Amino acid sequence: MTLDSVLQFLGLVVVSSPAILLAGLGLPLLCGLKLSEKIQTRMTKVSVVTGLVASVTILVLMLGTGLRHVPIELGNWVSIEQEHFHFHLKFVFDRLSVPFAMLSFVLCGTVGAFASVYLHREQGYARFFLLYALFLLGMILSSLAGTIETLFFGWELVGLSSALLVAYFHERPGPVRNGHRVWTTYRIADAAFLVAALTLHHLTGAGDFDGLMGSGPWPEGVAGIDSWSALAVGSLLLLAAAAKSGMVPFSGWLPRAMEGPTPSSAVFYGALSVHLGTYLLLHVSPLLDVSLSLRVLVIVFGLISAVFGTLASRVQSDVKNALAFASLTQVGIITVEIGLGLRYIALIHMLGHACLRTLQLLRAPSALKDHQMLEDAVGKRLASDEVNAMRSTTRFQLWLYRFALHRGYLDATLDNWIVQPFTAVFQWCDAMERRWTNFLAGGPSRGSDQVSAYNDKLEDVA
Amino acid sequence: MSELHFPWLELSVLLPLIGAIWVSRLKNRDHARTVSTVVCGVTLVCAVGEWLDFAMLGSFEAHDRGDLLLSFFRRNVFVVDELSAALFPLGALLYLATVMTTLRTKSNRFSFHWTLVSESILLATLASRDPWLIIMLLAVATIPPWLELRQRQQSTRIYSVHMALFITLLVLGQALVGSTANAANPPVFAGCLLTAGALLRSGVCPLHCWMADLFEKATFGTALLFVTPMTGAYAVMRLVFPIAPSWALQSIGILSLATAVYAAGMTLVQRDSRRFFCYLFLSHSSLVLVGLEMATPIGLAGALCVWLSVGISLLGFGLALRCVEARTGRLTLDNFHGLYEHTPFLAAMFLLTGLASIGFPGTVGFIGTELLVEGAVEVYPLVGFAVVAAAAMNGVAVVKAYFHVFTGTRHSSTVKMDCRPAERITILVVVVLIIGGGLVPQPGVQSRYHAARALLEHRHIVEPETSGEGVMSNPASSINLTNTITNESNHD
Repeated sequence: MTLDSVLQFLGLVVVSSPAILLAGLGLPLLCGLKLSEKIQTRMTKVSVVTGLVASVTILVLMLGTGLRHVPIELGNWVSIEQEHFHFHLKFVFDRLSVPFAMLSFVLCGTVGAFASVYLHREQGYARFFLLYALFLLGMILSSLAGTIETLFFGWELVGLSSALLVAYFHERPGPVRNGHRVWTTYRIADAAFLVAALTLHHLTGAGDFDGLMGSGPWPEGVAGIDSWSALAVGSLLLLAAAAKSGMVPFSGWLPRAMEGPTPSSAVFYGALSVHLGTYLLLHVSPLLDVSLSLRVLVIVFGLISAVFGTLASRVQSDVKNALAFASLTQVGIITVEIGLGLRYIALIHMLGHACLRTLQLLRAPSALKDHQMLEDAVGKRLASDEVNAMRSTTRFQLWLYRFALHRGYLDATLDNWIVQPFTAVFQWCDAMERRWTNFLAGGPSRGSDQVSAYNDKLEDVA
Repeated sequence: MSELHFPWLELSVLLPLIGAIWVSRLKNRDHARTVSTVVCGVTLVCAVGEWLDFAMLGSFEAHDRGDLLLSFFRRNVFVVDELSAALFPLGALLYLATVMTTLRTKSNRFSFHWTLVSESILLATLASRDPWLIIMLLAVATIPPWLELRQRQQSTRIYSVHMALFITLLVLGQALVGSTANAANPPVFAGCLLTAGALLRSGVCPLHCWMADLFEKATFGTALLFVTPMTGAYAVMRLVFPIAPSWALQSIGILSLATAVYAAGMTLVQRDSRRFFCYLFLSHSSLVLVGLEMATPIGLAGALCVWLSVGISLLGFGLALRCVEARTGRLTLDNFHGLYEHTPFLAAMFLLTGLASIGFPGTVGFIGTELLVEGAVEVYPLVGFAVVAAAAMNGVAVVKAYFHVFTGTRHSSTVKMDCRPAERITILVVVVLIIGGGLVPQPGVQSRYHAARALLEHRHIVEPETSGEGVMSNPASSINLTNTITNESNHD
């Protein structure tokens, strides 16, 4: 057995373990079978541990043999030779992807174990674990993707599972509205990503990252495109990353995402999902070397997000939102690091921050209990209960406080300047259509106008 | 011309017709429903048989064995080719799925015998190549929905005006097309009339209001069956594609793209679930037209893939919505209904089929949409970006509808709302097609690409003087086609 075949096998195990978990949890639901909580938890454990062990083994082999770039070729998923159209399934294990894949397994494993207790006897237990499997698969595909199409595949799975998990408590309108908001933001990110992928195809003739970043191992690749093309593709990818990571101006979805159950908030929006945008930027970081303008753009985006995040996190009244904006601050700083070319520091920062934030978010529901336990252990109050003395504030400080409290008016700005004009235009079109059909029909043409809200009666019975 | 090993086409057309006569004589609605299901099932078997048989022949077109109609008309009336071979079983599947998922509560208002007549007309249309026959069948197909509107005492004016205009445009256009017309020597005025007629049937903006009106006034099943086979797009391929130059087709593509974007925007502001479905479908069918009219191998292959994927996924989506409506009555999207706890299976299917329609990764529409966008960008880069924008809006609309119908509140019901076995089986079959086609897309894509090349090469043979933008030369296929034409001449 050669080293290549061992690596190939292990690579397949890493990718297929979450896919098998998804099939194992999804197919019985499709057939109307209900798996017990115990079986679901066990399947999740086996899948995560298998994937993690395989990825750690790959890392050990890479370190032992000095390999820095291990491509796992699965061939063409779709190919039209005559048109040179290929959808190439390729996964790459390198210094960037292996740590991120391992981080995904570790954090998902931790949260899976936590959720199996936290959500015990919840009505949506099976739904949570199904979406969890979808998310894990998306993360692994995104982490290890060797082509931009494969990355897009994983990116979409992460987006869908995240949005549905935000709306996990779906019997209330609040989480559902927030889930929809998250999904809408992600669709903007997806559209930008898809356009970037198309542009990349036209520039390099393929979606392979090797074609874009050169064949050198990360982070030493050299982008094979000119400065203006790098700026065009890079700007689109930056837009996609900003929306995915909740950077300004898309930060509005971050506190909304905290409507989901604590385990999903911890692993998805506090740790992994929120870093997927910066991971994308790290992946395509050789582009930044080609275009100074793009580099400046990335730094500016990161700085604004970091400053906004730190302002907003200081005035939040609940722990999950405070942590969400604290995450944004760190994501902003990581983005600045990427812009400055400090790629290893950005990677280490990302890994460390994700682990810390997961721990904080998982402990958030029991923060008060932890505090009391510490006080009991110490035998005295940890902090005085005295209220800070009154201080005079300037107008600027007041404005800043209000600005942070309203989360930078970002949601309101997007609503007023994009959502409302958009819906107003199409509502006007709808009204015009109604007038036209009324004219043609010689009277009211829309029976649906008379349909009342659902009143719990069967149409035919009524 | 090659010959199929069995008269699949004639059987597929005649069986529903005979079934319709039988069902019309039945008084018992349950019995009528059962008989209709069986007839549609056997028709689907014949249609699938035709597809497999045709695939084994490996030729561009084929006619039935022992053609019964040959003795009457002295020509092959029913011919199947690369374009229609896959659409034929899709059409039969649409009818079987709709009939199977019709609940007993809906039997009284859903006309089974007219549905079977419509199936027969649709399959005959798909099996026809003669322009006048296609126009006649397209005209006849407008009658069953019209009769249903009359029976339901709904205003037929909007529908009648649009359909009359559609038929008039097609008849006038075809009458003005000369016998020597081809893409090199296009009959511009006649082409415009034919295009306008076909696009009207496809619901291109601003002549799309009839479609939303039909969904408002007809039963959901009838409206679904009238629009989902995309016979307007079929008319474009049969009547316009052979005679229109590439630049004209690509200009029409821009019009279709505007419809796709407009309809995608309209889905986001609809408050009625049926109108929402109508605009969602309109947006997708317009995207299919965009690809068809790009007239490049990759764009055309993408459009043919999306045609099938949208047909399957929006059928599942529409049926899921219809199944919910059958339990609750008409749904508004203004408020939340919270039906998930009562119908988790339908909720999952609604979301899955909706996502498949927008080309979500891992579903049947993913690769087709990629190809379509790729093909569109080849011709006009901005067109590709507009396709992406339309797909993004449709994605937002699908999830919004899911949230409004199935979540947002806790619904208490006095009746059991579980999925019936027939509904479950039908939707499972659709899901298998969606996921199966998504995970193993190569055979489908290869087959559609082959069809796209054959269609473009056929255009190339028809217009020998022009080089044809984007037309690929394939000596093997050209020889095959030339042989086909020679054989046909000998046969005649």
